[in-house]
Amino acid sequence: MEKTKQPIPNEEPANTEKPKPKLVGKEKKLEPQYLLSSSPHMATTDSVPKIMWTVIAALMPAVVYGMYNFGFNVLLTALASVIAAVVTEIVINKMRGRESSVADGSAVLTGLLLAMTLPPAFPKAYAAVGAVFAIAIGKQIFGGLGYNIFNPALLGRAFLQASFSVKMTTWTAPVGIDAITTATPLGSFKFEKIMTPYFDMFMGKIGGCIGETSALLIIIGGVYLLVKKYADWRIPASYLGTVFILGGLLWIINPEQYPDPVFHLFSGGLMLGAFFMATDMVTSPVTPKGTWIYGFGMGAVLIIIRLFGGLPEGVMYSILFMNAFVPLINRYTRPKIFGELKK
Amino acid sequence: MKLKTFKKGVHPEEYKFLSEHKALERLPIPEEVFIPVHQHIGAPCRPLVEKGQTVKTGEIIGQSTGFVSSPIHATISGTVKTIDNFPHPLGINGLMIHITSDGKDEWIKSFDETSNWENLSTDEIVELVQKAGIVGLGGAAFPTHVKLSPSKEKKIDTFVLNGCECEPYLTADHRMMVEQSEGVVLGTKILMKALNVSRGVIGVENNKPDAIAAMEKATSAFNNIEVIPLKVKYPQGAEKMLIKAVINRNVPTGGLPLDVGVVVNNVGTAIAVAEAVTKNKPLIERVVSITGDGIKEPKNVIARIGTPFQNLIDFCGGLTDNTVKIIMGGPMMGITQHTLNVPVIKATSGILCLTDLSVIKHKEYPCIQCGTCIGACPMNLLPTRLARFAQVENWQMAEDLGILNCVECGSCAFVCPSQIPLVQRIRIGKLRINEMKRKEKPATV
Repeated sequence: MEKTKQPIPNEEPANTEKPKPKLVGKEKKLEPQYLLSSSPHMATTDSVPKIMWTVIAALMPAVVYGMYNFGFNVLLTALASVIAAVVTEIVINKMRGRESSVADGSAVLTGLLLAMTLPPAFPKAYAAVGAVFAIAIGKQIFGGLGYNIFNPALLGRAFLQASFSVKMTTWTAPVGIDAITTATPLGSFKFEKIMTPYFDMFMGKIGGCIGETSALLIIIGGVYLLVKKYADWRIPASYLGTVFILGGLLWIINPEQYPDPVFHLFSGGLMLGAFFMATDMVTSPVTPKGTWIYGFGMGAVLIIIRLFGGLPEGVMYSILFMNAFVPLINRYTRPKIFGELKK
Repeated sequence: MKLKTFKKGVHPEEYKFLSEHKALERLPIPEEVFIPVHQHIGAPCRPLVEKGQTVKTGEIIGQSTGFVSSPIHATISGTVKTIDNFPHPLGINGLMIHITSDGKDEWIKSFDETSNWENLSTDEIVELVQKAGIVGLGGAAFPTHVKLSPSKEKKIDTFVLNGCECEPYLTADHRMMVEQSEGVVLGTKILMKALNVSRGVIGVENNKPDAIAAMEKATSAFNNIEVIPLKVKYPQGAEKMLIKAVINRNVPTGGLPLDVGVVVNNVGTAIAVAEAVTKNKPLIERVVSITGDGIKEPKNVIARIGTPFQNLIDFCGGLTDNTVKIIMGGPMMGITQHTLNVPVIKATSGILCLTDLSVIKHKEYPCIQCGTCIGACPMNLLPTRLARFAQVENWQMAEDLGILNCVECGSCAFVCPSQIPLVQRIRIGKLRINEMKRKEKPATV
C-alpha cells in the first residue's frame, strides 16, 4: 500500500510564531538563529556506512586469501559481482525516485559476499547476474536497506544454484595442487568417505568456494566484528555451538557414518556463514533471546541437510530457512517491560 | 566492590570537567525578571498582582489553582511592569509577570527563623513546603507538597535522595552536595519527617568523589541515612532506575515510586525544603550550570527565577562565535531554545551552549534492525518499533508495546547508527495517545 503520509520532519521550530530577531546582549548584536531539534542532542559516532565498510574491511583477509589460493582470476569474479550489485542499486534507486544509497556500502558488501560463496571457476557473467538478482529481488523489492527478510547475497546464491547447478558444483583445485578439479572436504566425505586434514581446512589450502576455505582468516575478521559489536556474538556462538553439539552427538553414536564435530566446524561455508552471513543485522532477530533460537535453528537445519540430505553442504539453506522465521521470533521474544507485572 | 546499578543504559561522554570544580557564584540581581505563571507540572497559577503594583522579594504573586499546582513569588523587589505573554523556555509563549527591579532586593517581613522544625507536625511541614512554592528541582518541576501527601493506602518506608546528576555537562547538584552538604542533609531529615519514614538513602554517581565524601561526612552522625555510590551510567538519575539501583525495587508500569513504598527527591529540592521550613524562604532562586563548549567561562551560578538567560550568558563571558545550539537542561533530555530572552524557571538546571563541532549531523538512514536501541533502553522497550508505529500512526500497536512507559531519556537515539529521531517520534506518539485518552474520559484526568 502506497504510503501517502509525509514523514515527520527532523527539525521543526519549537515556537509556532517566529519572533522578530532582537538586538540583545551588551553589544546589542542581532541575535543569531539557533538550531532547534528534539532531544537527545548527543550521539555515538556509529553510522550505517561505518558499519558496512567495517564489515567489508573485516572480510578482506579472507578475500585476499581466496585470490592467493585459487589464482588472480577470482578478483575479476569479485569485481564483476560488486560492480553488478552497485549498478543495479543505482538503477533501481533512480527508478524509485530515491537518492542513491550505494555510498552506505551495503550493495558493495552484498556483491562481495556473493562472490565469496561462488566456486572459483564460476563464469563472471553468471556471477554478475546473481548479483543483480541479489540486489533487485533480495533487497530492493522489499523496500531497500533494512526491509529485506532474506540475506540478499544468499538469495542470489540460491538463484544461481537453481539456475546453473552444474557450474555451481564444479570445484577447482587450489593453486599448487596437481589437479584441475577437486572435491571439497564435505563432498569427499559424503560421497567417498575420504577425510581431509584439519590443518589444511583451518588454514585454507583446500577446495571450496572462493572465500570460505580459510577458517583462520574468517575467524580473525569475525572476531574483530564481535569486538566492535557490529555482529552479535550470540549468533556464531549458538550456530557453531549447536552444530558442534549435534554433530558430536551423532558422531559418538556412529563414528563410521558421521564426521566428527571439528570437521563440521571447519568444512564448507560454516565459518563464513556463521560470522558474516547469519550475523547480518537486517535479517537476524533484534532480541537477545531471539538470537539464541535463531542460531539453534540454523545449526539443527545444517546438520540435517549435511548428514541426512542429498547435498553435502547446507549453510546457505540453513540461514535462508531461519531468516523466514525471524519476524515470528522477534514477536515472541519481546522482553518484559521494566516493572511489567505478570497478568 | 562492585557498584550498584540498573540494567542497560548508555555511556555518553561526561564533559563534567568544564564546570565540576567551579564553586557556586551568586549572579547579581537582574534589572528585570519574567516569572511564568506555569513552570511546574499541574495547573498554572492565577496572578495576584496588578500592573504598577510594588512587590518585595519573596512576596506571593501567583496563587495555586488546584491541589497539583504551586504558587509563585516575586524573586526581586520592584514594580510589576506588565503581565503578558513572553517567550517561554518550554517552547511556547507563556503568561509571565514582568517585574522591574528597584535595586534594593528588599525581602518580605516574614523571612526569618521559624520555630524549630523538629517541633512541627508533618502537616505543618507539608504546608510550609507548599506555601514556599517548592517543586522538583531535578528538572521535572513536580509540586513537592503533592509528593509528600501520598494517599493513606500507600505505605512509604524509604526516602531516596537523588544526587546522581547523570546528564553530561551538568554540575549543579554536584556543587550543591560539595558546598552545602549540611543543607542537603537537613532537607533530607525534614523530608523524612514529613513522610514519616525512618530510612533515607542518598544515591550519588561515582564520578563525584568529592560530593560522595562531603555527603558521607554530613550524614556520619545519622545512622539511618546511607550514602550509596552508584556506577556511572546514563540514566542513573531517572527515578525508576535510581530506585532499582539503590534498593532493588521495580516501580510497576503505569505506577509511581509510591507503589513500592518510596519517595524520591532531588538534592536541590532538599536544600529548598530546608530553607523553606527553617527560614520561611520561598523558592525564588536556584543553581544553574552554564556550560558547554560554546560558553567562554563555564560556571555554576545561583540565579533568581525569572532572570533572562542572556544575563547568565553575559556573566559567563558570553558565547563563542560558532555557538549554534542553546539547550535548557542537559544534552540528553534538554530543550533547545530559539532565543536567549527566555527566563530561568524553576526547572532550569542548566544552560548548555553547543558549537557546531558538538552538534549531531542528521542524515537519517532506514532502520537496519541492529537492535542496539533495544539493548540500550532502560525501560526494556523496543524503541525502533515504537517509533515506527508512531510514525505510521498505529496508536493501538504503539500502546500495546508499551510506548507510554517511555521516560524519553534518549538512550535509544543516542546509540542509533541510522540516526533515526526515535525520541521525537515516540514523544509525538505519546502525545497523541494521551490526547485521545483525554477526549474519551475527560473527567478522570
